[in-house]
Amino acid sequence: MSKSVGRLELDRDQVRQARRLARQVGKPIVKVAKQHTTVSVERATLRLAGLAGADVDGIPWVNRLVDCVRGDVGLEHGVSLPVWDALRRGEAATLDELAQKAAAGSVRFEMPEGREATRARSEARRAVHSGLKKVDARRRERERMIARVGDAPRKPWIYLIVATGDIYEDIPQAQAAAREGADVIAVIRSTGQSLLDYVPEGATREGFAGTYATQENFRLMRAALDETSKELGRYVRLTNYASGLCMPEMAVMAGLERLDMMLNDSMYGILFRDINPIRTFVDQRFSRQVHARAGIIINTGEDNYLTTADAVEAAHTVTTSQLLNEYFAKEAGLEDWQLGLGHAFEIDPDVPDSFRLELAHAMLARDLFPDAPLKWMPPTRHMTGDVFRGYLLDGFFNLVGALTGQGILLVGMMTEAVVTPWISDRDLALQNVRYVMNAAGNLHEDFRPAKDGFIERRARQVLTETIELLEDIALDTDDAGHAPLLAAIADGTFGLMKRPADAGKGLDGVARTSSAYYNPATEILEGD
Amino acid sequence: MAEQPREPRGTSHLVRPYGDTTGDGMVQVSFTLPIPHSKAAEGAAAQLAHKMGIEPAMVVHAKPMGEGFTFFVVYGRVNHLVDLSQVEVVERDYPLLTPKEVNAAVRRSLRRRLVVVGGCIGTDAHTVGIDAILNIKGFAGEKGLEYYRELKVVNLGAQVSVPDLVARAQAEKADAVLVSQVVTQRDAHLLNTREMAAAFREAYPAERRPLLIVGGPRFDETMAGELGVDRVFSRGTTPAEVASYLVHRLASGPDAGRMAS
Repeated sequence: MSKSVGRLELDRDQVRQARRLARQVGKPIVKVAKQHTTVSVERATLRLAGLAGADVDGIPWVNRLVDCVRGDVGLEHGVSLPVWDALRRGEAATLDELAQKAAAGSVRFEMPEGREATRARSEARRAVHSGLKKVDARRRERERMIARVGDAPRKPWIYLIVATGDIYEDIPQAQAAAREGADVIAVIRSTGQSLLDYVPEGATREGFAGTYATQENFRLMRAALDETSKELGRYVRLTNYASGLCMPEMAVMAGLERLDMMLNDSMYGILFRDINPIRTFVDQRFSRQVHARAGIIINTGEDNYLTTADAVEAAHTVTTSQLLNEYFAKEAGLEDWQLGLGHAFEIDPDVPDSFRLELAHAMLARDLFPDAPLKWMPPTRHMTGDVFRGYLLDGFFNLVGALTGQGILLVGMMTEAVVTPWISDRDLALQNVRYVMNAAGNLHEDFRPAKDGFIERRARQVLTETIELLEDIALDTDDAGHAPLLAAIADGTFGLMKRPADAGKGLDGVARTSSAYYNPATEILEGD
Repeated sequence: MAEQPREPRGTSHLVRPYGDTTGDGMVQVSFTLPIPHSKAAEGAAAQLAHKMGIEPAMVVHAKPMGEGFTFFVVYGRVNHLVDLSQVEVVERDYPLLTPKEVNAAVRRSLRRRLVVVGGCIGTDAHTVGIDAILNIKGFAGEKGLEYYRELKVVNLGAQVSVPDLVARAQAEKADAVLVSQVVTQRDAHLLNTREMAAAFREAYPAERRPLLIVGGPRFDETMAGELGVDRVFSRGTTPAEVASYLVHRLASGPDAGRMAS
């Protein structure tokens, strides 16, 4: 028995091989990430140093300042040395003032050298360190609150979504959802926010199919849920998105405002939003380092693979992505308990044995990542206007969740693809979850798939296909000599989407770092 | 309740809902009222059902939901008749062609391949609709448009911005642009479609504009004019229907070219 892993009795050597391949594929990407910076990483660093707010046109000061520095000395050295050098030279008394003066065109930035550089460096480090101390304090505050008011009483955590577009409408909805049983509230972002290269400011009321992620909206919602947590005697977690072009800044804002979970996938932005691959990998690494420090649980986006591809044929792409997400997450300092690796119940219900296949896939994820919470996503693709059939499908989804010990369960709505959930849809959905958990929540104690039976065989097949895919990726090449994973993404290995390393949104915000590059945030996050 | 006189099956234009007996008129509805659960709340639900034409109405289930809301399930008999002769729908107004016939028509009238650019606009990541129509794999046992030799298909995939869609349509010299919209929160599908239609009108002279087609499960097929597109396809549309429509509009005459609008 020592040679097998988990209830599926997976071959230990095969599991090791899969992880080794993920490391082999991921490592050159980490090297690329270390050799580059992005406008968003630099803006996130300024946010940690305390620069906030926006000009009269709503353009954040971090954007204005980074753009000015970039115009004078380029992006490749990072903004920290030129910015704190300018402060030392007395161009302005504070970071805010410097940003305003720079935007007005009255500051000229230069790269300090020698002793001047050393001094700018230590002052930048001090400023950014104080921001990270705030993040640390918020993490301790979360731990204290959980100790005092109590944690979610059971696993999986029940995850519900609000998305009105208006933060002041979201708040009562989120509080009501928590009272109805949600352990985690996710506020969906406004349509298209991921493609904005800046973070909007202030409390917002006019989002579109979702609410803008802003630091003020984060603060308002967290404060409201703190109240509700105290009222209910259990800590209600808050989720938002560290994805898109401002991924690093979202992570910093989440750390500063004590968000608890963030959607943060290593390749989603590349494949589904056509964001430049290098931009994504650089931003992702920085954001994950911040999440690690802030004690934030990440949720990865493997469910998305199954909204565009067949869930049986593409099962191994989910496992492959989970292994890559795990590698990148651990490299950035996240621990197992912070890895909400995603997967979804998306097999066509007309496929024979679809439930057994779902069970095999979910058990594979559970056995491969025994200490990760795992995020279990409900059916969307095969939900039709037949809400009655959808309700049954959601019940089977919940049953797989119960049988495989999922950590985070996104509640499926029978009106998926019909309307945004009504109050009755949400209540019925929660009744469905409660019934299944109450009736079968401990069934995993009794359930063992038959040795060499359908489920074990299917899981082994998916693992084998995963290893084959990772091997293919590891051997992939392109003319430009990019890392194999970049070459694989460029030639359409993941679905139909071909995403070359030298194209995509946000590419102009990427720079290869010079030997003089300095970023105090990265230094502290990697050093501590 | 007096027994309704029955006409022979198949001859009447008038029908009633069917529960388990012809002519019983039985329906089932569910709804929420913003009042706490009580005997009076159940009476309120029965009153609503009555006003909806359900008589007698049986409130078979009432459950408190959240604070101050009650959910009801009601069964009962409606007194309305459905007149089949008065039903209005958009019927297919073009012949359904086989892939072979589509290819032949394109070859004959355009003397080049017909270019179709497709994608999901806005933040919609659900490519299931556009893929069902465009991917060779197709839908409901029918091959998608990529299978048609005389159609050149450019599938831009998910979350294509409207400016990108216009730019690609221009670069590819698209004859038709297909857009799929699944996400309908706050009428995103309708707003996105209008935005797309306006962008194409701005970018092209009227006589050069490609045919604009949108599809998705929640679209109303009668809304094409209002949305500024040439055609709306709703749930259950197959690739052959789309291909046949393309031929009908773009390749049905010897000198058919881009549409004149």
